[in-house]
Amino acid sequence: MAGKDGAGGAIWVVAETNADGSLAKSSTEVATLARTLAESAGSEAVGIVVAADPKAAAEELAGYVGRVVAVAEPNAAGNAWAQVAAQRAAAILASEPPGAILTGAGSDGRDVAGTLSALLERGVLVNATAVAWDGGPSVEMSVFGGRLVTTSTFVDGEWGIVTVRPNVVTAEKAAAAGTVDSKDPEGDLDLPLVKVVDRIEEAAAALPIEEARVIVAGGRGVGGDEGFKLVQDLADVLGGAVGATRAAVDSGWIPYAQQIGQTGKIVKPQLYLALGISGAIQHKVGMQTAGTIIGINRDPDAPIAEFADLVVVGDLFEVGKVLLEELRTRS
Amino acid sequence: MTLRIVVLTKPVPDPAAAAERLGPDGRLDRAASPAVINGNDEYTLEAALKLADAQDAEVTLLSMAPATGVETMRKGLAMGAHRGVLVTDPALAGSDGWSTVQVLAAALRGMEYDLVLAGFDTSDGVGGVVGAGVATLLKLPYLSSAAKIEPDVDAGTVRVRRISPTGFDVLEAPMPALIVGTQLLGEPRYPSLKGIMAARSKEVVTKSLADLELDAAGVGGDAARTKVTDTEKPPARSATQVVRGTPDEGAKAIADLLASRRLI
Repeated sequence: MAGKDGAGGAIWVVAETNADGSLAKSSTEVATLARTLAESAGSEAVGIVVAADPKAAAEELAGYVGRVVAVAEPNAAGNAWAQVAAQRAAAILASEPPGAILTGAGSDGRDVAGTLSALLERGVLVNATAVAWDGGPSVEMSVFGGRLVTTSTFVDGEWGIVTVRPNVVTAEKAAAAGTVDSKDPEGDLDLPLVKVVDRIEEAAAALPIEEARVIVAGGRGVGGDEGFKLVQDLADVLGGAVGATRAAVDSGWIPYAQQIGQTGKIVKPQLYLALGISGAIQHKVGMQTAGTIIGINRDPDAPIAEFADLVVVGDLFEVGKVLLEELRTRS
Repeated sequence: MTLRIVVLTKPVPDPAAAAERLGPDGRLDRAASPAVINGNDEYTLEAALKLADAQDAEVTLLSMAPATGVETMRKGLAMGAHRGVLVTDPALAGSDGWSTVQVLAAALRGMEYDLVLAGFDTSDGVGGVVGAGVATLLKLPYLSSAAKIEPDVDAGTVRVRRISPTGFDVLEAPMPALIVGTQLLGEPRYPSLKGIMAARSKEVVTKSLADLELDAAGVGGDAARTKVTDTEKPPARSATQVVRGTPDEGAKAIADLLASRRLI
C-alpha cells in the first residue's frame, strides 16, 4: 500500500493532554480533521498519546480516529513535555511512514512540530486555517497580518508536519470508536530532559480564549478594572471568554493570557464583541477571521469600522449596560 | 565568568508598512520588502540586555537574511547588543523553516554560548517552530514560552518561567540551553543616541554557506520541502453597518444582529 514516501500512509495526530490527563480540546479538532483527510486519502487516521498515564486521553481520542497508540512514558511527567512526546512519536513514525502528521498550533503543538521536523528531517506547514487533501495536504494559511491567504503543499509528494489553528474545525466524534494499542517506550531519550521544578497557579482564566466561541474584548477605552467588570458581565451572559488588547494588558487590567493580537493570541470565535478597541493592525491580526465582529467605540473613524460587521458609535459604558440588560431579557 | 548569549533576530517585512512583495514562486521577496527586527525577537533581546545590565554578559545577534540584514541588525546593536553574525548567501533565498533550522544550527556550531534566545514566532511566517528544531539538532535543553529567564552562572544552570494554561511552570536545565521567549519578558528599550552612535562601529561578521561548511544542495529555496501553490486576497467582509444614536438604539442594533445570526 505504501508507495513513494509514505503515499497511502496514515494521517497521524500527536495529541496533547490537559493537566488532569484528559484530552486537550484542540486535539479533538485536529483528530477530526485527520479523520476527514484520511477519508479523502483512502487511508486511516491514527492518534498518538504520550503521557505518564495516557489511558484516559487515549480512550477519548479513540472516539475520533480509527486507532490510537498510547505510550506510557514516565518522563512525560515532571519534565517539559513536548520534546519527550516528539521523540516517542518520531520512533513510532520511523517504522510507519505517514501520509502527514498533524499537531495543534498552540505552544505545545508548535514545540512538538518543530522537534519532529528536526528529528524526521521534514518540512512544516504552519497555522493551517483549512486543509484539503490533494495527493497530500493542501494547506491554507493567513499571512502578512491577514492581507493575503496562501495555499501551500509539501514538494514532490513528500510527507510533512502541519500545525492546525484552534477553531478551524468543529470536533465531531466518529460513528464508531477506534482501538487503543498500548506501547511501552523503547530506547533512551536522546534529547536532554528539562525538569519542571515548580508549578505556579495564577488566577486561572475560566476559558482559554483560543477555544472560546464568543469573545468579548476590551481595549484602552475600557479604562480600567471597573470597565473590565462590564466586559466580563457581557462575556458571562453570552457564554464567552474575555479578551483584551495589548494596551489593556500593559496597563495591568487583565493578564497576558487574555491578550489578542500580534504579540498575543490569534483567535477565531464565532462572535467578537470589541469594547473600546480601535482595531489597530497589531490587534486586528489576532481576530480578523472571527465570524461576526461588532465594535462599540466612541470614535467613528477608528479602523475597526473598516472590518467589523457592525460598529455602534457611542460611550461603551452606556451602550454596554443597556446591551447587558437587553441580552439578559432575551436569553 | 562572562555569560554568553546569542539572540536570534530575524529581519521581517515591516508590518506597519504593509508593503510586502512576493516573488514569482509566491514566496516573500525579502530584498524588495522594507525590513525591521521581528517584534517578538525584540522581547528576547531585551531580556538578554537586562541580564547584561546586571552581570558580566556578552550579547551576540544571529540572523539569516539577505545582505541588507546588516542594516536591520544595527538597531539591535544600537539597543545594546555587542556584536552580530549574519548568515547571508544568495542560495538561501526562498528557504523554508527546515532549511532555516539547519543553517542556524550550523552557525551556532561555530559559536560559543551559554544561552540561545529565540522569539515566540515571527510576524511574517508565524510558525514558531524554528527554535525547537534548532535545539533538537544541537541537542540543547529546550525551554519555551518563557516569561522570565534566570541563569545561574556559578551553577551552570538556567531557570525559566514557562507560561502554562493555569499559570507558570518553572523549568530548570543545564546551560548551554535554547530558550523561546514571550512578550512577558518585558518591553524592549529604545536605542539611545549614544547607542545609535556606538552601533556604527560594532562588528558584524558575515558568513556564507561555504563558511558554515553547509552544502547548498541541502538548504535554501531549491531544497525547500514546502511550496506555495496559490495566493489570494481574503474575501472582503460585507459592508460595515454603522449605528449612531442613543445607547438604547445601539444596544438594540447589536442584539438584533446577534439574534439574526443565531448567536443568542
